Parts: sequence; C-alpha cells; structure tokens
Amino acid sequence: MKSRKPSIPYIVWMVVFTMIPIVMIGFTAFTDNSGNFSLEPLKNAFYYKNVFLKSLWIAFISTAICLLLAYPIAYLITRMKKSSQNTMIMLLMIPMWMNFLLRIYAWITILQDNGPLDMALSMLGIHATYIGNTGAVVLGMVYEYLPFMILPIYTVMSKIDPALIEAAQDLGSNNISVFRKVIFPLSIPGIISGITLVFVPSASTFLVSQYLGGTDDIMIGDIIDKIFWTDQHTGSAISLILMIFIFVFLVLMNFFGDEEAIA
Amino acid sequence: MRKPKTKTGRKNGIISKIYIGLILAFLYAPIAVLIFYSFNEGKTTVWKGFSLKWYAELFRDDNIMNALANTLIIAVLASIFATILGTAAAIGISNFKGKKRIIIQNISNIPIISPDIVMGVSLMLLFTFLGVMFNFEMGFVTVLIAHVCFCVPFVVLSVMPRITRMDQSIYDAALDLGCNQWQAFYKVVIHELMPGIFSGLLMSFTYSLDDFIITYFTRGAKFQNLSIEIYSMTHRRISPKINALSALLFLAVLIIMIIINLRDRREEKLSAQKS
Repeated sequence: MKSRKPSIPYIVWMVVFTMIPIVMIGFTAFTDNSGNFSLEPLKNAFYYKNVFLKSLWIAFISTAICLLLAYPIAYLITRMKKSSQNTMIMLLMIPMWMNFLLRIYAWITILQDNGPLDMALSMLGIHATYIGNTGAVVLGMVYEYLPFMILPIYTVMSKIDPALIEAAQDLGSNNISVFRKVIFPLSIPGIISGITLVFVPSASTFLVSQYLGGTDDIMIGDIIDKIFWTDQHTGSAISLILMIFIFVFLVLMNFFGDEEAIA
Repeated sequence: MRKPKTKTGRKNGIISKIYIGLILAFLYAPIAVLIFYSFNEGKTTVWKGFSLKWYAELFRDDNIMNALANTLIIAVLASIFATILGTAAAIGISNFKGKKRIIIQNISNIPIISPDIVMGVSLMLLFTFLGVMFNFEMGFVTVLIAHVCFCVPFVVLSVMPRITRMDQSIYDAALDLGCNQWQAFYKVVIHELMPGIFSGLLMSFTYSLDDFIITYFTRGAKFQNLSIEIYSMTHRRISPKINALSALLFLAVLIIMIIINLRDRREEKLSAQKS
C-alpha cells in the first residue's frame, strides 16, 4: 500500500497512448507529406474559421438552453423524498444509456417530412420542414447532453446542508432571498461542471449536425472527419486548434469554479 | 426541507410536477416513437398495422448480431482491463506526494477532458504509425486499447477518493496480524475500495457500450460494432430493423437499471436495520 510500483504500468500506458498521440498530432500539424516543417496545414485550417465559429455558437446556445432547463429540475429533485430522488435520477439516466446514434436517429424519425410531428401539425393545417436547420441541431444537442447538466447541479445542490437554509430562514430570509443568497451561490460549482460537460462535447461532436442540420450547419467535428481520411496534416492542425481552445476554456472554467467539482 | 402547506405552495407543487413531467416527456418521447414504429408493418412512418416482422428480420441479420457480440466483448474486456490497471494505478499514485502527484493526475485526466474526436484521430495516427512499423492492421485489438484508454481515468477517479478516505491503520493491522503484503491487500484493502472499484467498472462498461467516435477512428477497415453498424445503416436506406433494435436495447437498459435500483434499496434497508 505504501509503494508507488502499482502505478508503473499505467504511467507507461499514459506515455504511449496519451502523450505520444498528442505529440504526433502536434508534429503532423506542422509538417507536409514529405515530413518537412510547414505552416501550410495551419493556413488550410484557418480556411474553416467560419465553421469553427458556428460550432462554438451552436455549442453555446445548446449549453445555455440545457442550463435553463436543468437548473429548475435539479432544484425540484432535491426537494423530493430521498427514495423519489433516486428514482428520478434513474429515470434521467436511462435515455443516456441508449446508444448515442440511436438517440439522434430517433429525432430524424420524429422531425422528417411525413414524420409524426409533420403529420400531427398538418392536421392542424401547419406545413413546414422541421429538419435540416440550425434549430434541429440545437435540439439534438440539448437532447444528447441535458442529463450531463442536470446530474452535477443536482449532486452539488443535494449536498447543501439543510441547516444552512433553516438558519437563513430563522434569520428572517424569505424563500426568494434564501435561494438568492444561499442555494444559488452554493450550486455554482455544479453549474460550472455542467457547462463543461455539455459545452465540450457539443462543440466538438460530429454527426449530430450531419443528420439534423442543413448544409451550412456543418460543424468542426464533421470537417475533421471529412478531411482526416485524405489530408492528415490539415486534419491534425484543426484538431490541435480545437484541443487548445478546449483547454483554454477548461482553464477559464477552473478559474471560476471549484476544482474538485469539475474533476 | 420543510414541505409547503400554504395554498401557493400547493399551486407551486402542481407547476413543478408539470415541469418535471415535460422534461421526462422530452427525454422519453423519441424512444417511445422508435418503439411504436418497431411494431409497424410498413417501412415508412405511415402506420400500416401491427407486425413483429422487423424483430424477426433483426435476429436474422448476421451483421447486426455479430456487431452486438463485438460490442459486448469489447465492453467486458475493456472494463475489466481498465479496472485492474486503474485500481493499481490509483494505489500507486496515492503514494506520490505534492507536485508529482498533481502532474500525474492531470495527465491521467487528459482523455476525459479532451474532445472524443481529437482522441480518436490522435490514436489513429499512433496506430497507423505503429502498424507500418510492426506490420499490423487496425481492428479488434486497437479498438480494445482505445476503449481501455478512455475508461482507465474514470476508474482512477472513482477509486482514488476511497484510498484517501481509507484508514491506513487497517492495512497495518493486517500486517501485524501476520498477513504478508499481498494477503493484506486482497483480504482487507480491496474490500474497503470495492464501492469505488465497482462504480469505476460500471462507468467503464457503459462508456464503452455507448462509444461511437473513438471506435470509428480506430477500427480499421473490417471491425464492426453496434455503433458502427448503426452508422452504416443510416447511410444506406434506413431500415425499421433499427427501431426493433432500439426497443430491445431500451428494454435491456430498463431491466438492468431496475435491478441496480432494487439492489441499492435493499442495501439501504439493511444498513438502516443494522444501525
């Protein structure tokens, strides 16, 4: 128990399968096909600047909607009986266990022309296309990642000592100021970790936009997927930029929040 | 917290019930739609009558059955291997102090925080490079390695708090009572760490089952798992077999979750009776 030796296999593993691949991405991003130093891949990567900005925008909107939907429900769950709380958490987790692709596929089924939504609204005389636009992509993202926002906020809120709330009430706070001055500030680490868990995958995922979005909703993940099979150098350069951006984002989030809550 | 008894309290109660209901409806409606259409005789979203034919076709589809088997085999192997590697690592890392420990833990967390797609392409670069050097092709083994890569950090994270909270004197007591180091470990320490090890194993298993992106980049030309199979199905003409598959997977998840939940409740009751 006092020895460091058991960690040796994993340290070797991390060097081979975590460190070296990252170094390889960096190396590939700054070389050309013959292995000479080149800034060409980076230049090519900047050609996709607008896709990059659009991805961040979609991720931002999706994260904001997730937060707005998740915060009240996390709060409401903490006010239930302990056994109902466990059941609710289970109910929120079950859809997450369905395969990632099946969850998007379900939305294709619902939103497609002549799908259930289209048929229902046609009966009311409303005809429209519901798939192939930015809204559908955001909907897909919110659906994929909403539980990742609810769970950390709930976990942090459920750890708030009820005595703190009673103390605030005894000192004359009404429900609104109890929330504003006690519950909300104490739940910030959960919010931060929820934002991280939703923003990072929604900014970098691919397929959601391919399946639900239109041609101008292509995201940075889709570009990496398309390019990497033919031009590994440009693909690596884009991946490198994405990774650096995510790390900067995480450092900023870490700065605002409690480090432990994020880990 | 106190239960609200006033009139406004009751009204809030109804509003919050409606809100929770809407969120659950949002989460479950898509799954319900898939299950509904899995019983549709027709091939499109137009209802043509009840039929089980897509289930029959699903079980006759060797590709899907094969992919399902691969998914389960990878998930079982990756989660067991990651749990062993990660538990040993957590014990070792806990004996590092200060800066060294922080550095190791941060490197260990890289696969969790870096985007899946970046991890996928970086492993693909490594495996293509090694493949040229040692003359092998990507496939089952590279997918397994990749899955272990993103599972181990979760095991380390869930075992580590158990180690720091564990009373070191338990281990010393076992040694004093005549255990050698190895006996003290598997007779005493492992029981203390078990909840952490188990939740690490469970997390690894579910992440492995759900993964698409990392498998996609490390699978090579031939290896198929369920995610990849669904991906290629949605690129061809969509078959309602996917609906039947979704319904069955949902049923499996539901049963597993209910079993876990019942087990937790029984344990809670037992520990309540004891105290």
